[in-house]
Amino acid sequence: MNGAAITRALSAGALAISFTIIAASAAEMAPGERKSGYDFMTRDTQGMQDDDTVNPGMLWVLDGEALWNRKAGTAGKACADCHVDARTSMKGVAARYPAFDAARGRPLNLEQRVNLCRSERQQASVFRYESRELLALTAFIGRQSRGAVVEPPSDERLKPFIAAGREMFMQRQGQLNLSCANCHDDNWSKKLAGAVIPQAHPTGYPLYRLEWQGLGSLQRRLRNCLVGMRANAYDFGAPEYVDLELYLMTRARGMPVETPAVRP
Amino acid sequence: MPRATQAVLFAAFALAAESACAQEASKNDGPKSYAVVGDAIPAPLNGMRGDPVRGQAIVANRQNTCLLCHSAPFGDERFQGNLAPDLKGTGARWSEGQLRLRMVDASRLNPATIMPPYYKVDGLTGVGAAWRGKPILMAEQIEDVVAYLATLRD
Repeated sequence: MNGAAITRALSAGALAISFTIIAASAAEMAPGERKSGYDFMTRDTQGMQDDDTVNPGMLWVLDGEALWNRKAGTAGKACADCHVDARTSMKGVAARYPAFDAARGRPLNLEQRVNLCRSERQQASVFRYESRELLALTAFIGRQSRGAVVEPPSDERLKPFIAAGREMFMQRQGQLNLSCANCHDDNWSKKLAGAVIPQAHPTGYPLYRLEWQGLGSLQRRLRNCLVGMRANAYDFGAPEYVDLELYLMTRARGMPVETPAVRP
Repeated sequence: MPRATQAVLFAAFALAAESACAQEASKNDGPKSYAVVGDAIPAPLNGMRGDPVRGQAIVANRQNTCLLCHSAPFGDERFQGNLAPDLKGTGARWSEGQLRLRMVDASRLNPATIMPPYYKVDGLTGVGAAWRGKPILMAEQIEDVVAYLATLRD
């Protein structure tokens, strides 16, 4: 091969490699390379999640169990009066949320479902987002799916909402002009300041974050990211968050639920 | 002067300086116009050369977001990012004009870049109310950072 041919071959190779890189960064994640945020944590923090006697999230789970059995509202009913033993009736439920609600014509997340039961079945006041009660009940319900795999419903009606969530994930936004995908699809495992960027699989919510010194919902985390990007943060319960939540769950399909997870 | 008094005076001064800055910012809202030549903006945005000492302080201040992605040849590396190239040697790789365009709007050179546009307000989506209509850094700050980066020659 003469010099020019070698140069041509090399640049063709370089071109092929750069196409591969572009294709890899634009494509969605292959199931084989998916990792939970758990996999990026220190062994100490993993240990804190794994051991129920030291996992701080279990305090909310216990509160949630008490709430599950407590009568509330003018109907004077407890969750347990209809759903009986959460250990069987709620097993796998959190792994299938957000789910489509025919009456509202759109998906609802677990928090919204709990509050609908409050207002419609128990005739009680709804719990505020991030309130101790709502976090406790969703942590207790989520705990019943620990180890079950994320399995969003294969419901045709969800498709446009998944697409809207995906669009939000890919959309550059905020003063910093970043998309969720810029970090969580294309740069996971790298360091943003001192913190490793995870792949954004919401498998452990509500979860205990050491930085928060408390339990928080996925929407709280989404707001943190949006504010970090200097973008519009929506109100808690806004449909935009539920769509994004739904897309993230479809992206995490097949991964085990970790609720209540611990994160740094 | 007792140390506490000094601290209080300093805090009062800092507040006054901050509100002066805020007024300054509201007076010249949008970015000034600039001329791109090739892959550079040859002239300083505000017509004045920046101060490299102030520039280093701007880079070091986490509010300004540089160290989220870049590491710099000072401070504790454990708290610096690695999504983007180390700033070490930047001044040897690029001219001041090239650095200026890369800070102002790097997407002009690479539409896929994750480098935020530090001196741009148009064409952005969903900017939070607190930041709407304001560039990430002001012209003077861009010039200070350009002057600092130009000193990073090793």
